[in-house]
Amino acid sequence: MVGGLFIIITSQNYLKKVVGLAIFQTAVFVFFVSLAKVLDGTAPILTKMENAYSNPLPHVLILTAIVVGVATSALGLALVLQIYRNYETIEEKEIQSLELKTDK
Amino acid sequence: MNFLLINFFLISLLLVTTFFIFKTTSLISVVALTGAFTLLCSAIYVNLDAVDVAFTEAAVGSGISTILMVMAAAKLPEGKKNKLINLFPSIILAVSISLILIIIIANLPLLGDPNAPIHLHVVPEYLKESKDFFHIPNVVTNILASYRGFDTLGETIVIFTAGLGVIALLTSNTLNRKTNFKKNNKKNER
Repeated sequence: MVGGLFIIITSQNYLKKVVGLAIFQTAVFVFFVSLAKVLDGTAPILTKMENAYSNPLPHVLILTAIVVGVATSALGLALVLQIYRNYETIEEKEIQSLELKTDK
Repeated sequence: MNFLLINFFLISLLLVTTFFIFKTTSLISVVALTGAFTLLCSAIYVNLDAVDVAFTEAAVGSGISTILMVMAAAKLPEGKKNKLINLFPSIILAVSISLILIIIIANLPLLGDPNAPIHLHVVPEYLKESKDFFHIPNVVTNILASYRGFDTLGETIVIFTAGLGVIALLTSNTLNRKTNFKKNNKKNER
């Protein structure tokens, strides 16, 4: 998770920042699902045998969150494409220097 | 014990993948590594008994989002090897956040403890009753579609809005930024 945050801050390339965001999200998902684990439990699909089942509630939350996460990264990619169309680069430093040039 | 070993192995693979995503500059390999990352995550979900989540992650996270990223990376130029920015403050931030997380995780119940508070509240009722109510053995489906149906409705609205946003961004020519910017650039060159 910290690795994802690190990539977001240090990379200059905007596509890599979107990837960093996705990694950050996925790490949080893994943490949530690990809370739902019960030792010697099985997947929460009811059978005739009496078993210990894992907690289905975090699974539901994460199912929703994964799909929303994909929507977020799609929006981020669309933004990156639009930036590339306007500036013809997706490196942060180059965009900054171009902006400074036009201000003068 | 076996379960813990597999989990440890998969998570160390995840860390290695993250490191290589951080290191590579070529965009298409970053995208491929992200696909591998999400696939590893779905393996972890299977190991943690979350089969439905693993399905979704493999289909949506590893499939659709990788396709979207490949489509984007095909239109973008190759990444350049630039110097990293904000290196020092981000190292401090990363170390402090991981310290805080480790302190918090030490206070959490143990992994797989059946008496943790999360397993005691509404979930036993869901597990007991849902089969009689809905006649579907999969509890995750029951909660997703019935008990928490409004959440799923909200999710659909979010995705619809995101789709509208993507279409608006990709088709808009009203930004006008491009023409102004190019004119200014030409002026500067002269």
